[in-house]
Amino acid sequence: MIDGALIGAALWPALVNGLTMGAIYALIALGLTLIYGVLHIINFAHGSLLMVALYAVLVLFERLGLDPYAALVVLVPGMFALGYALQRFVINPARHGRDENTLLVTLGLSIVIENLASHFFKTDTRQIETAYTFMMVDVAGATIAMPRLLACVGALVSCLVLAVLMRYTDLGRAIRAVAREAQGARVVGIDVEHVFAMSFAIGLACLGAAACFLLPAYYVSPQVGHGFVLVAFTVVVLGGMGSFTGSLVGGLLVGVIESLGGLLLGESLGQIGVFVVFIAILLLRPSGLFGHKA
Amino acid sequence: MNSNATTAPGPSTGMSGAPEETLLAVQDLCSGYGPVEVLREASLSVRRGEIIALLGSNGAGKSTFINTVCGLVQPRRGAIAWMGRDITGSASPEIVAAGLIQVPEGRRVFPNLSVLDNLILGSYRRGRGARTANLERVLETFPRLRERSRQSAGTLSGGEQQMLAIGRALMGEPVLLILDEPSLGLAPVIVEEMFGLIARLNQSGLSILLVEQNVAQSLELAHRAYVMENGAVVFSGNRTELLASDRLRRAYLGA
Repeated sequence: MIDGALIGAALWPALVNGLTMGAIYALIALGLTLIYGVLHIINFAHGSLLMVALYAVLVLFERLGLDPYAALVVLVPGMFALGYALQRFVINPARHGRDENTLLVTLGLSIVIENLASHFFKTDTRQIETAYTFMMVDVAGATIAMPRLLACVGALVSCLVLAVLMRYTDLGRAIRAVAREAQGARVVGIDVEHVFAMSFAIGLACLGAAACFLLPAYYVSPQVGHGFVLVAFTVVVLGGMGSFTGSLVGGLLVGVIESLGGLLLGESLGQIGVFVVFIAILLLRPSGLFGHKA
Repeated sequence: MNSNATTAPGPSTGMSGAPEETLLAVQDLCSGYGPVEVLREASLSVRRGEIIALLGSNGAGKSTFINTVCGLVQPRRGAIAWMGRDITGSASPEIVAAGLIQVPEGRRVFPNLSVLDNLILGSYRRGRGARTANLERVLETFPRLRERSRQSAGTLSGGEQQMLAIGRALMGEPVLLILDEPSLGLAPVIVEEMFGLIARLNQSGLSILLVEQNVAQSLELAHRAYVMENGAVVFSGNRTELLASDRLRRAYLGA
């Protein structure tokens, strides 16, 4: 039934397409893994917050005519500020010293956000059309949509910026220090509560950037976050909870698996491959998802 | 309570050349965790240039005392003055910036960070200008850390981690260095080295508050000592005075 030669020809474009989506996954997962690694909480609101950012890009484009890429200068600081405030004034106060509470708070937050989005934006799927929406680019023989290529490059650059920030700045060092040894961090005079909020803020800033790169190549609906957050969790587990390089490699890998799955099994079944990998990892590494806590 | 179980000696300790300026003055400090009150009106003072030993058995409240002074545990009653300024209830970043820095029990180095990054974070509350000079000074003091500067701290031996923890504290330019059980879990040779280092740091002008189980060695080094029992200070004085008390000598030196 499947023509070998046809698949051979389609393999390279599928790979390239997978990598472009994978870069976005990596950026989203990076935010998730940062929040997990430092605060030791699973941010169930990650997908809905991505959705919020996507709608923000949409509204800025439709109402103010702001180009999605130009919207970066609004979205990144905006999501950063939202993240800082959420952690400091909603999530942390509701925590009462128990991690389970955070889980419930972020889950509750995602339900509230999604219903608000359904109320204000209705449940329609919306897209934007820019001058470059239908431009195609040739990448070593594979033809891909311009917005996808830009999304890929933008996401990879964002990952790089984040890596540099984590490695070479005092804030990055403090975040890494707090992740493993919060008491030691307090001893050297690091304001640990501030670092917690900054980590959450940076995690959401990643979503802001991802939304700007994603919207021209994708769509938005109140439920759009679900698919992304599932994939992001897979990426985080695949790469190792809290690991940065893991998220990047895992993101690209999942993007490719999804794309190749779509090629071999049909577009609508593409994610099967991803979840097969997810299950396989949980089987091979039972300590995976909640390994640090059990 | 039982703060008058023994009386503190006068300000003169008989140590030559020790200036009289009081750096740290803790008065009737109470603190604890949840419903448990650990510290019960503990008082202690450190003058500039002194090495003070804080002794007591496990669970006497020594670490809680230190953590309360450093702003890691909220004080419930009492007062903490640092260089004449009231710092009761101040947050730890502020206290570290003021030069009151501890080397915590169990070292608490950042295992996932390089030795260099650990040291750099030690000067988190200091300007970038001071950092380079501090780093050079600390690496001069601990050549071993320079050799291993790129290695992650988690791969160091216990003794090296203790050196790193002290080096990290020195990066913050302490006026008073608080060492919580620095000899814990270290080989005797390394412990020897550690006490030698503490003496040298003190000679270079650093004031030191030393919390130790290693009573004999601490007493040899310290200008004065405090003994804590059940969250309260039950003795303060110099080595001769401590050794004069049969009860304390039996309890802490086993002789």
